[in-house]
Amino acid sequence: MDTESTYSGYSYYSGRSRGSHRHGERIRDHHKSRSKDGSRSEKSVTINAPPAEPLLGDSSVLGEEVQDDNWGETTTAVTGTSEHSLSQEDIVRITKDLEDSVGLDCRRYFSLTLAVVLGLLVFLTPLAFLALPHLLWPDKLLVCGTACEGLFISVAFKLLILLLAVWALFFRAPRASLPRVFVFRALLAVLVLLFVVSYWLFYGVRILDSQDENYQGIVQYAVSLVDALLFIHYLAIVLLELRQLQPAFSVCVTRSTDGETRHYNLGQLSIQRAALVIIENYYRDFSVHNPALLTASKSRAAKHLAGLKVYNVDGEFPASPATGPENNAATGLAHSQSRAMIAAAARRRDTSHNELYYEEAEHERRVRKRKARLVVAVEEAFTHIKRMQEEEQKKAPGDVMDPREAAQAIFPSMARSLQKYLRTTRQQHCHSMESIQQHLAFCITNNMTPKAFLESYLTPGPTLQYGRERWLARQWTLVSEASVTSGLKEGAIFLLKCIDFSLVVTAKRIPYIQLSEEFIDPKSHKFVLRLQSETSV
Amino acid sequence: MSFIPGQPVTAVVLHFQLSCALQQRIEICKLRQGEHLILGFSIGGGIDQDPGQNPFSEDKSDKGIYVTRVTPGGPAEVAGLMMGDKVMQVNGWDMTMVTHDQARKRLTKKNEDIVRLLVTRKSLEQAVRHSMM
Repeated sequence: MDTESTYSGYSYYSGRSRGSHRHGERIRDHHKSRSKDGSRSEKSVTINAPPAEPLLGDSSVLGEEVQDDNWGETTTAVTGTSEHSLSQEDIVRITKDLEDSVGLDCRRYFSLTLAVVLGLLVFLTPLAFLALPHLLWPDKLLVCGTACEGLFISVAFKLLILLLAVWALFFRAPRASLPRVFVFRALLAVLVLLFVVSYWLFYGVRILDSQDENYQGIVQYAVSLVDALLFIHYLAIVLLELRQLQPAFSVCVTRSTDGETRHYNLGQLSIQRAALVIIENYYRDFSVHNPALLTASKSRAAKHLAGLKVYNVDGEFPASPATGPENNAATGLAHSQSRAMIAAAARRRDTSHNELYYEEAEHERRVRKRKARLVVAVEEAFTHIKRMQEEEQKKAPGDVMDPREAAQAIFPSMARSLQKYLRTTRQQHCHSMESIQQHLAFCITNNMTPKAFLESYLTPGPTLQYGRERWLARQWTLVSEASVTSGLKEGAIFLLKCIDFSLVVTAKRIPYIQLSEEFIDPKSHKFVLRLQSETSV
Repeated sequence: MSFIPGQPVTAVVLHFQLSCALQQRIEICKLRQGEHLILGFSIGGGIDQDPGQNPFSEDKSDKGIYVTRVTPGGPAEVAGLMMGDKVMQVNGWDMTMVTHDQARKRLTKKNEDIVRLLVTRKSLEQAVRHSMM
């Protein structure tokens, strides 16, 4: 699952000016571009079918008049478009991806070529060290003895292990693309390059120029190079993988729209990598973002504002063009107006809290009523289906259905109550009829009870549970005052913006814990009875 | 007694029985019921009991013997024993540092028909204190 965040121009230029090899990121971007090409062809036929209409299709079957008391609640408008229509969002998204991909392609290929070149250089250097003496001064070389040939095997296996290890650490498909270069990988690449260059220098000066005859020494030199490369790889493992595992910070992630909060423990990471971990956990832990649930508070806010109006009876116009003293008067006027509004609003005796209380109680009651009807309808629907045993299969071959047909057969009896429940809890746009039938077929196939089938509709699940169009995986932006490649610090705050909401992240260091011990002798556990007797005399 | 010059002095007349330091002597004649001699009250407390559960004691570490119940119409009520009294002596034997069982034995000796108790009462102390102020 890739995430792409938009990058600012600043980061692009800063990356270039470093002059270092960003092969890690290039690899990730390259793989991402390949996978994106595959998914882009899917996007052109995305169907965003309006959800309300299809669920009403069964009403004619039941024959009673459809007087849906919530018809005013449906907010989606059915446009008369064909199946292959694209919504405005899709178009914007596709053009954005095109722009991004054209801009980043050069970057990705550049980094990929650098990485491959560095890898080849590193891999072929020991082999070159071993082969060059044989090519340049074969007659002067001493014969390679047993110990020397044993070292050949050692070089071969170590190179094989190095090849596998480098592939495992650096060349696998990336799971995200981050805005800035991965600092540790760049540093490691520079270190490896310097290392190999210095070995070549030494080899060129002391061995090639002087045409050293001691071949065993040359082979040992090549083995030492491979050993040192393996140690650098060990350093890479510690820096890239192990350092972040030990928890050092506790981050608090809050969603800005409804305040849902979670806490995670992270190791020592840079801000962009911490953001990546948090986004991956967001998809698993946070319930799906439902903008329909926020309309109530917005309408209340609007009512608060609409209650008071300020009229200016002194004849001064605060919107007049600004000259020095007049401007001050205008701002002073605006300040006093707002203060007057706040004071008046505080004094006003409004009953909106009363309305809120009764409205919430009424809503709760309605939800419970609909839920009860839904549960009964689904349980009854499930009783019409029975799994056929093997022996019966041979006896009665007629009217046998596969799970999909069985789901379609029992779906109409529960469709209306399910639709009404989803409308009451404002979840109707999260589930399309197709997805509900698929889920029903899935539950039937796996012998799940009606309660298990309903669970995904009664409680809003994590974002990954819903269709891909809700994931918005390419829309994340990292907003941070500190540089995103700097590490997490105590009190670091940054934002992860998506289209409709943002996640506010604060980091705190996990406290230093001092644990002391106390020894309890097992023989010290002694007890007495508490007596209080009363005797009659 | 507080003496304020110029003001009349209040004097308290103490009853004869109260003359000995906030304690009361009670004489109970045992009543024969069947083959038992009963006194008509129940005791609680003792050095082997938990003093914290005593509802009548002021000091919750007091392990003395307390009267927890007085049978209405029994010999103890007739003699003037009240619930919550702390029994200090029985027939001259000290009851402030005895176990529950020892206290029971001292009260139910078969060869005694009369027991003379020395009891302390909270209300008694308070009454005397108030009248002296």
